[in-house]
Amino acid sequence: MNVSYLYSLLAVIVLGLIAYAGAVVGLEALFGIVIPYLAVLVFFVGFVNKVLDWAKAPVPFRITTTCGQQKTLDWIKPSPIDNPTTTVGVIIRMLLEILLFRSLFRNTRVEFKGEKISYKWVLWLWLFAIMFHYSFFVVVIRHLRFFVEPVPFFISALETVDGMLQIGLPGLFISGATLLGGATLLLLRRILLPKINYISRAADYFPLFLIIGIALTGILMRYFIKVDVVKVKELTMGLASFHPGIPEDGVSALFYVHLFFVSLLVAYIPFSKLMHMGGIFLSPTRNLANNNRMKRHINPWNPKVKIHTYEEYEEDFREKMKEADIPVEKE
Amino acid sequence: MKDKGKIIVGLVIFVAVFTFPFWYNHGAATQAPEPELTEKAKKADKCVEETAYMRKEHMQILDEWRDTVVRDGKRLYVNASGKEYMASLSNTCIDCHSNKEKFCDKCHDYASVDPYCWDCHTYPEEKE
Repeated sequence: MNVSYLYSLLAVIVLGLIAYAGAVVGLEALFGIVIPYLAVLVFFVGFVNKVLDWAKAPVPFRITTTCGQQKTLDWIKPSPIDNPTTTVGVIIRMLLEILLFRSLFRNTRVEFKGEKISYKWVLWLWLFAIMFHYSFFVVVIRHLRFFVEPVPFFISALETVDGMLQIGLPGLFISGATLLGGATLLLLRRILLPKINYISRAADYFPLFLIIGIALTGILMRYFIKVDVVKVKELTMGLASFHPGIPEDGVSALFYVHLFFVSLLVAYIPFSKLMHMGGIFLSPTRNLANNNRMKRHINPWNPKVKIHTYEEYEEDFREKMKEADIPVEKE
Repeated sequence: MKDKGKIIVGLVIFVAVFTFPFWYNHGAATQAPEPELTEKAKKADKCVEETAYMRKEHMQILDEWRDTVVRDGKRLYVNASGKEYMASLSNTCIDCHSNKEKFCDKCHDYASVDPYCWDCHTYPEEKE
């Protein structure tokens, strides 16, 4: 039995209760100012530190796990995007990977069909992932309305599109529903599929529960147990403009739970699998052109070896070689 | 590896984009808007429900009013303390809050909310 998800769920519930209790007993400044600032600081320092650490790792040779024909003889058709030899090809491959999750699109499931083994093309993971990531992206952009004044055009335009269904008031944002749905489906995948469940650890469940917690508290505050949005923006604008303050009333404890969850998530990113946000740009199997045969890649930690080329060898022994009737390249 | 330069450029872009709210505001403190009340609204002292409730739930009330009036033809709204009102945006709400620009728009603009009331309703001429 995999109890990792129970621990993670419990951890998120306890953390939520801590923030709730903190807001009730009057620690709003801690959960509304100190922790968010600390979280942002940890995020930036941790993120940059992690990427610089990765940048130091030597990549002596092109790692060419590819999904297409390498460029070779003229009459063999190469695959310029799946197995690129040029920078342009690499950029296209990276864009497709980052924007369309092409690796997940190739997901297969191994199954025994009676005696025979089958590799089935399974798109669910790709679908849930793309739903989840793009919803989260839209939700984050939408939330910028709380952090900038005046609100720029692109944010209000996005809100109009996101709210185009005009269901209820305040109008339903599609991205909120699909974010919660996507995260829940990704969680169910880990809990219900035995093979995925077997390889899932607390570090896989915790961020999912945390994000579900964020989505739930956010949805509650918008549609069900409402907060005074103007007061909320007063607080968040204080943070964004470095004039922090806690508004007198109108901001409920639920808001501090939401903010605490977000702070935790932001601070957690550099130390967890969520670092794939920066890591995807540094995937050696995706961002290196397969030009091993065209360019010489020298391993940076090789010791300096004194070499003696054939030309030099021939230079040294040409006369003797001629006498012994050994063919030479230069007369 | 020779890509360190590229990675650092990437990091600089990352930090610049992700700190957008911090540099967009230039660190300038902003004042939360205070919607202005007309004389009539001040005299009435109370909206159809308590102020704190109205601040959070007015959109829900309007949504319910629209449904009960347009779909069920019921114009009567009884508030929490038993007082009766006519459910009407144009006749009840705007009777007091006849200053859209200084009342409605103030918070809506601040919170980037664009209500679609005025897609159908026309706003009467503003008067203080």
